[in-house]
Amino acid sequence: MAKMASAFAVGLLFGLGLLVSGMSDPAKVLAFLDLTGRWDPSLAFVMAGAVAVSAAGTLVARRRGRPLLASRLEIPARRDIDPRLVAGAAIFGLGWGLAGLCPGPALTLLTVAPAQAATFVAAMVAGMLLFRLVPPAAACSSPRRTDGVP
Amino acid sequence: MDGFTPVSALVGGAMIGTSAALLLLLNGRVAGISGILGGLLAPLTRETGWRAAFLAGLVLAPPVYAGMGGSLPPVTVEASFPLLALAGLLVGFGARLGSGCTSGHGVCGLGRLSPRSLAATGTFMAVAVLTVLVIRHLLGA
Repeated sequence: MAKMASAFAVGLLFGLGLLVSGMSDPAKVLAFLDLTGRWDPSLAFVMAGAVAVSAAGTLVARRRGRPLLASRLEIPARRDIDPRLVAGAAIFGLGWGLAGLCPGPALTLLTVAPAQAATFVAAMVAGMLLFRLVPPAAACSSPRRTDGVP
Repeated sequence: MDGFTPVSALVGGAMIGTSAALLLLLNGRVAGISGILGGLLAPLTRETGWRAAFLAGLVLAPPVYAGMGGSLPPVTVEASFPLLALAGLLVGFGARLGSGCTSGHGVCGLGRLSPRSLAATGTFMAVAVLTVLVIRHLLGA
């Protein structure tokens, strides 16, 4: 129960961050990606702020070893750059560039622009289900390990 | 440059980073939205509850924001419905094939200097920039 409550609060904070940063607006995301147009560098500042705090959190979490509400830290341990990673990222980038929407903002927009966000989210879920048809041996499920040793 | 908002971008970004940090410190999990959603599509596991709760928080953010007195920022969706469907399909499939999206690779992965996440973020950024270049400036849409 505590895990669900914390996950809800943390998800809420994530969504509020998307709204405050302006990244819930696809037009603003596209304005960042449009280098040769009227470029809006805001997304770089969102990333800088997010990565800085996330990096500090990762350091503290690793030093502490054990999370407060769970038995262990689950952090992806793979370091190899395989063709699937790059191909997946490229397909993702193509979709992101077409609409200016990625998974977080799309879900947050469900209550703001319901018809458009629901169309995108339904297709996104379909894409995720389609991925499950990829042979398991080929599908890269990143192995996770307990990663809390100081 | 148009509509550049460095301060709110930094503040909002720090909130997103704080969210990712807290999920790791409290639940021991990485805040990758596509991974959380993708995990929910599998049969019920012990992970189902927190994943659903996280996504519920994400979806309810706008009404909570408005309830706290914030005026919701403007949202302009330029893409047509068929384009939204195509983009969503590519984003969903690509995020799962590539083991992550803007949050999992971009925010969490870069935060721990993961080589995979650096490669993925560089790739999807470059392809997205090229996509916008082709659509807006070469096809003139």
